[in-house]
Amino acid sequence: MNPTVDALRHTFGDAVGRAQVSCDQTIVYVEAERAREILRWLKGTAGEHYNYLVDVTAVEYRDTELPLEVVYQLRSLERGAELRVKVELAKDDVLEVDSVVELWRAADWLEREVYDMFGITFRDHPDLRRILMWETYAEGYPLRKDFPLRGRFSRSEQVRQALHANPEAHYSMEELSFAQSQYDLPMEMRERLERGQRGRVPDLPEESDG
Amino acid sequence: MAEKRTVELDLATPGLDLEGHPTRVPVGLADREAEPDFSAERMLLNVGPQHPATHGVLRLVVELDGEVVKGVVPHIGYLHSGFEKLGEYRHYNQIIPLTDRTDYLAPMANNVALALAAEQLMGIEITERCKVLRVIACEMSRIISHLVWLGTTAVDIGAFTPFLWTFQEREKIYNLQEAWTGARLTTSLTRVGGMMADIPDGFVEDLADWCRNFPAVLDEVERLLTANAIWCGRTQGIGVISGEDAINCGLSGPMLRASGVAYDIRRDRPYLDYETYDFDIVVGEAGDVYDRYLVRMEEMRQSVRITQQALQRLPDGPLNVSDPRVILPPKTAAMSDMEAMIFHFKQVMEGVPAPVGEVYFSIENGKGELGYYFVSDGTAKPVRWRIRPPSLINLAVLPQLAEGHLLADLIAINASVDIVMGEIDR
Repeated sequence: MNPTVDALRHTFGDAVGRAQVSCDQTIVYVEAERAREILRWLKGTAGEHYNYLVDVTAVEYRDTELPLEVVYQLRSLERGAELRVKVELAKDDVLEVDSVVELWRAADWLEREVYDMFGITFRDHPDLRRILMWETYAEGYPLRKDFPLRGRFSRSEQVRQALHANPEAHYSMEELSFAQSQYDLPMEMRERLERGQRGRVPDLPEESDG
Repeated sequence: MAEKRTVELDLATPGLDLEGHPTRVPVGLADREAEPDFSAERMLLNVGPQHPATHGVLRLVVELDGEVVKGVVPHIGYLHSGFEKLGEYRHYNQIIPLTDRTDYLAPMANNVALALAAEQLMGIEITERCKVLRVIACEMSRIISHLVWLGTTAVDIGAFTPFLWTFQEREKIYNLQEAWTGARLTTSLTRVGGMMADIPDGFVEDLADWCRNFPAVLDEVERLLTANAIWCGRTQGIGVISGEDAINCGLSGPMLRASGVAYDIRRDRPYLDYETYDFDIVVGEAGDVYDRYLVRMEEMRQSVRITQQALQRLPDGPLNVSDPRVILPPKTAAMSDMEAMIFHFKQVMEGVPAPVGEVYFSIENGKGELGYYFVSDGTAKPVRWRIRPPSLINLAVLPQLAEGHLLADLIAINASVDIVMGEIDR
């Protein structure tokens, strides 16, 4: 087991949960509330110096009782050590964890992807919006286990939504606010800007029989 | 005879010039309004998703002040296919065809990475011959990937000839790949515990021949570009990132090494016995587009070196592990031998179960660190299959690199990141 785990327990006590080794790789569970603090310590402390954030992702198990996990894969380039830090989020609770973008800029898009695919919110993320799916995507979070492989909506419903989608809605709030200061925006986009919303599914016209 | 034209001057007055032609005052000059001041006006420009210079379906919304880039917001996801979700519904061997389609410029290396990850999860030791063949596959993929990068980047910056030369070489190596795997893109070369097929007759000689001839072509391309004034002007000092920033941004592969960070998974976290091969880690200094070019050029030469060493040491012996629970029995045996048929049936219908646990395994791909993260609950299908896509994380740094440069430089910087959208969007 990676000796960092003992150092973590010594420094953070109860905030560090169980640790295990799988395929010679050390996994340590930490409390969600203190995750960022612990990661900052891991990055900045001499002797630990996990300066490289390899990956941020999440795992949901097939067993619905088990909590969701946010997974940080850390590496120290100098020491060659690796550590996988996990944060457990109970499914019946609000799915939130602190963003680590201020520590590693690499986390920016990775956290956006976790948000997009699992619906986990990262507090203090500078630009938390969907990254792979479009902003008005309404079917939920594709990598959650309750999400069917073929999507939630029927194929005809998906096609209908795509045809009625407003391509302009793909602009981010950042782009919209910039465009607002320079040009006259269409009414719908201006409304969206004022609402400060991330976009929404357009109201679909009634399906006609013809 | 061409009509003689008069020169329009602000100061000219109506009348005749020396040759007797009427001079004209510019129409409306006197009462025209002063030119509007555009200096504060910014323009929002949409580049892509259907644009050859974005190397795939990448869309960049660029904020411009004149020709100067003030901000870039990349939009991705146009090629999202849900590979990670699909993987949760497939046996480990059935995931291999999905990896072909992620980084589709280096499919063989992806296959190798996936097989290695699954093998580490299941605790399988592969044979020596398999290891060496996988090294050859990885290095061939790296060269293919870099050749495509070199050709398309040169076109983006305005040099067309290297494109033709590199694609000619790529064609030759694709022919070798095709002879081995039967495919140019959907190679699905590996299996958990071994390979889909051994190399065909004459492959070693052909690849050795190619390795002998290829460096000369690289030299020719270098002669066109490395000291070319236009090439240097377009690439040097463009899109600079320091080594410290590169680490903070999680960059990997040539992007990281061009910034002076000597980190290569092949050396620092060796797999497939890479530590026993003699090769150099190529490191840049300035971290600009030019250094990324130099790093990739030299990496191709190093890949040739590794391939030559692998060809020399290629041992005889079994290709696949001799575990009938993991590797399919030969077709003839499956049709005639009861036991072989049972193993065949169980593998095809139930798959190979992995023990409870998880693994993160990464290789040095052409684009950077390609990682696969498997979580297993003891069944034959993973609970979670995560791809750590090097291009996604490398691309995220684009807005930072391009700020303050010209729009044309944005194209050069984007090319230097070396992205492949199949992998970014997955």
